[in-house]
Amino acid sequence: MAFTDLVFYVFAGIAVFAGIRVISSNNPVHSALYLVLAFFTTAAIWLLLEAEFLAITLVLVYVGAVMVLFLFVVMMLDINLVPLREGFIRYLPVGIAVAGIIVIEMVMVLTARYGDTPAPVPKPADYSNTEELGGVLYTVYVYPFELAAVILLVAIIAAITLTLRRREGTKHQDPAKQVMVKRADRVRLVKMPAEPKK
Amino acid sequence: MTPDVVEFAPLAAEIFVLAMASFILVLDAYLPDSRRLIAFRLTQLTLLGAAILTWTQHQEMIGHTDRMVLLGGTYVADTMSMVLKMAVYVISAGVFLYSRDYLRDRGILKGEYFVLGLFGVLGMMVMISAHNMLTVYLGLELLSLSMYTMVAFQRDNGVASEAAMKYFVLGAIASGMLLYGISMIYGATGSLDLAAIGRYVAENGVTDNKILAFGIVFIVAGLAFKLGNAPFHMWVPDIYNGAPTAVTLYIGAAPKIAAFAMVIRVLVEGLGGMHADWTPMLIILAIASLAVGNVIAIAQTNIKRMLAYSTISHMGFVVLGILAANKAGYSGAMFYAITYALTSAGGFGLLVVLSRAGFEAEKLDDLKGLNDRNPWLAFLMLLLMFSMAGVPPTVGFYAKLSVLQAVISADMVWLAAVAVFFSIIGAFYYIRIVKLMYFDKPEDEAPIQAGFDTQMVLGANGLAVLALGIYPAGLMAWCAAALG
Repeated sequence: MAFTDLVFYVFAGIAVFAGIRVISSNNPVHSALYLVLAFFTTAAIWLLLEAEFLAITLVLVYVGAVMVLFLFVVMMLDINLVPLREGFIRYLPVGIAVAGIIVIEMVMVLTARYGDTPAPVPKPADYSNTEELGGVLYTVYVYPFELAAVILLVAIIAAITLTLRRREGTKHQDPAKQVMVKRADRVRLVKMPAEPKK
Repeated sequence: MTPDVVEFAPLAAEIFVLAMASFILVLDAYLPDSRRLIAFRLTQLTLLGAAILTWTQHQEMIGHTDRMVLLGGTYVADTMSMVLKMAVYVISAGVFLYSRDYLRDRGILKGEYFVLGLFGVLGMMVMISAHNMLTVYLGLELLSLSMYTMVAFQRDNGVASEAAMKYFVLGAIASGMLLYGISMIYGATGSLDLAAIGRYVAENGVTDNKILAFGIVFIVAGLAFKLGNAPFHMWVPDIYNGAPTAVTLYIGAAPKIAAFAMVIRVLVEGLGGMHADWTPMLIILAIASLAVGNVIAIAQTNIKRMLAYSTISHMGFVVLGILAANKAGYSGAMFYAITYALTSAGGFGLLVVLSRAGFEAEKLDDLKGLNDRNPWLAFLMLLLMFSMAGVPPTVGFYAKLSVLQAVISADMVWLAAVAVFFSIIGAFYYIRIVKLMYFDKPEDEAPIQAGFDTQMVLGANGLAVLALGIYPAGLMAWCAAALG
């Protein structure tokens, strides 16, 4: 067994373990952290596949941005843990049975013929897959790329539609009004007769 | 290879819908509540414009070739895409019209509904014209994301929010299944392009290619979820029931056409050579859908839930046509999908019309004595129910007939017999509605208010079901040409 195989199995094992802990952990913060671990190990596996750009993007975008935001939200929400644990043990045997059957079936199917697929030839050391991606992203894949942008737009509309509420009586600032304000609106000069001395 | 400007011309309709949706989105932010109908009118104009563009682009193409693959093989324009897109425009326009008064009465007539609806239409157009696994998936997500949001649109409605949550989680799992299957196909064939996958399958033989078969299992599971076939149907009744009726109307009509297109593009155009593998899977889906849909619908007292189970059984029929794996089967399934979307739009449209401010027509009892209250609407409902049951001379009969003919010609007479058996069981609950409307006394005497235009279009919709049943040759010829 080559050394890269060993590296692959170590990272794949950690990734599977982290994935299981994401759903089995009782504490949402632990789940989020295990998800970070899963992303890291996946990034390592992608590095083994010589997909450096994707590996770095995964760490930067998912670990660096998405998961940090996620952790913030999880920590800010006051989640009652008791109802989350309810039913976990009750549904566990069925879940394990179904998962076990699926795993056994997949192993039976995949080990039968998958080994025949020839391994891809490694690219030379100066090969840049960032350049390759850049070359096709806006040309061959311009249509899917634009579609992805539209999906993000819909996601923004969806998020705003579902969360923006105009409640009556909330105190908020209107920057336009603040800027447009005139002296006359705020200060009223009142002429008063001087009070006579007593 | 840089895409030429000319290459974008056939996408005129997609570009137009996208531009108009974005325009309505911005415009609506500046509209006062009293002028919300502007968004509605612009939406209808957009659909009209898209129909004109699709038609002219198709006419232009037909002079040179009958099929164009563009943009690095990610987009295809052919007769099937033209026919299905036209059907989507017509049915969506009807859906928006029916839902207008319903939304207004509930104070949720907002531009977002129409903007999301248009983005959903765009998603359907992308799915219909997809020629790459990536485009199929992106179109599907665009449509699904719009629909998840529309279900949750009535934010203070707890049932709707629960339905949206279920829909979102289950939809995400199904998308994951589909993606996993696609990744397996990519691993086996080395391409996401449907034509390249088709070539690989044709060249490398179909026997004992376990990875391809393995990928197909997951793809079929994902597609079956999106179609709403048993045993992947659990979401359908809950979402149909929980969503506001206007949204149920949207979900239940045009997206079924897009789902059909997705199945044809992926299973037939891409993996057509593997039909010996996917036919048995589809047989199981078809029988399970027909059984679950028709038998459980009998026990429902909520009409939206009942129609949801009816959808499951109808999607079973669509799958039945596809699994025959011959031209007659595909065109029969296409005819079935289009006419079912039309019938479903009419059926849910009637429920929307029967509802009014503070009252939802949801129970079967709400239809009691409809004939005494409004004979015209009762007659339309009769036509739609007869069509769903498959009673001649409505179109449902002809659609079922064409699918069953294809199944028999594929030497699966037993399967056709099973389908007929479950259809007869299903006829019970459709005809029960007719009985409630005509032979029972109304419990609710409130007059039915509906705009003149809504009544006109609803009438046209109901009569189209009858007219297509008497003269199906026109649409059938288009379906045959599309898949010829």
